[in-house]
Amino acid sequence: MDPQVIQSYIPLFTQAFILTVKIGWIGIALSFIIGILCAFILFFKVPAASAVVKCYVELFRNTPLLVQLFFIYYGLPSLGISISAEVCGALGLGLLGGSYMTESIRSGLEAIPAIQSESALSLGMSNRQLFTSVILPQAFTISVPGIIANVIFLLKETSVFSAISLMDLMFTAKDLIGLYYNTTESLFLLVIFYIIMLLPVSFAGSYIEKKTRYKMFGD
Amino acid sequence: MGFEVIFKGKNLIRLLAGLGAAMRISLISVVISIFLGIILGMLMSMKKPVINAISRVYLEIVRIMPQLVLLFIVFFGFTKMTGSNLSAETSAIIVFSFWGTAEMADLVRGCLISIPVIQYESSKALGLSRLQTYIYVIIPQIVRRLIPLSINLITRMIKTTSLIMMIGIVEVLKVGQQIIEANRKSSPNAAFGVFAVIFLLYFLACWPISCLSKYLEKKWEN
Repeated sequence: MDPQVIQSYIPLFTQAFILTVKIGWIGIALSFIIGILCAFILFFKVPAASAVVKCYVELFRNTPLLVQLFFIYYGLPSLGISISAEVCGALGLGLLGGSYMTESIRSGLEAIPAIQSESALSLGMSNRQLFTSVILPQAFTISVPGIIANVIFLLKETSVFSAISLMDLMFTAKDLIGLYYNTTESLFLLVIFYIIMLLPVSFAGSYIEKKTRYKMFGD
Repeated sequence: MGFEVIFKGKNLIRLLAGLGAAMRISLISVVISIFLGIILGMLMSMKKPVINAISRVYLEIVRIMPQLVLLFIVFFGFTKMTGSNLSAETSAIIVFSFWGTAEMADLVRGCLISIPVIQYESSKALGLSRLQTYIYVIIPQIVRRLIPLSINLITRMIKTTSLIMMIGIVEVLKVGQQIIEANRKSSPNAAFGVFAVIFLLYFLACWPISCLSKYLEKKWEN
């Protein structure tokens, strides 16, 4: 490994890193919005909408992100809908993540036993109080491990953005390997930058998981 | 819309063959992962400090490294470092087994430690030998918890194998691109149809397996 080569590659990788992280977190934010919305639709059994949500979740949970991105980026322009690679990346990640988040949040909401709702109602709580002070806090705790796993999964999935020619870390590494044959250096930097991107999230995730782990009521 | 391209000539068969190539790699990797994962999971649940430390590092590597990066390291890096030629297919199988083994081991370990100590103690008190305890008490419970989870791992493996096109294996996405290129003139809108069909093919490959996993999980819930 040549340290000089590594040094000269760092700015390029930093640029790619910023882009990857930016699109990754925009996608994750989007997936949270979609996930919360869809989970509530499923939990409250909104007619018609919950059927649509169910189809969406099954469709996106059972297909790879790469295929989804190809469909959005290369397929949709044939219908006259063309979007930039960056928007497509964030949108694809958001849609994929949304389906995973929906499942995590919904399973948290549904894990609260019915007896708690009945007790709360018989104590004279309103429906809103029941939801905000009984169900939501507990459901949140149950969902946290799943949500953290999803965030890490989604950040890892950003590596396929290079397929739609987004200048992300993978793309930069592949490009540099193709141009100068400095395979070892490029791969080394690729690994380092992915560690920088994911290790803090992994540690923060474990910490948050520990912090939010309350005992369940009646446990 | 571009769907007519699919039914032209042998295009549909070619697409299915492409999906088959991806499925074959995922199937081989799944078998290797399940086999190695069970062994590693059992080793991890023994709580030996050295094994624990090594497996923690291994699991963390798999947890934070994207599979595509691992694929690049093995396919480009390994070849460069050793000077030997590793075929794309072999490197894909190595990477997916490396990743799958970690996932499977974690599942096995989780299932093993979820069996409360009291069950071992009760079996002993009832006069069961160690072997009998495992055969009649522990293993049936673990298998019931493990099967739905490992079926779920299969769908994830199938989805992840779509990455192999990035190291140049001709699978369904690559075949799709070829079909689009070949019919650029006759049907310029082929991209929509072809990618929609591939989307659907992956869905049809994974959905029944996820349904089976969900069904078994519900059925065996105690």
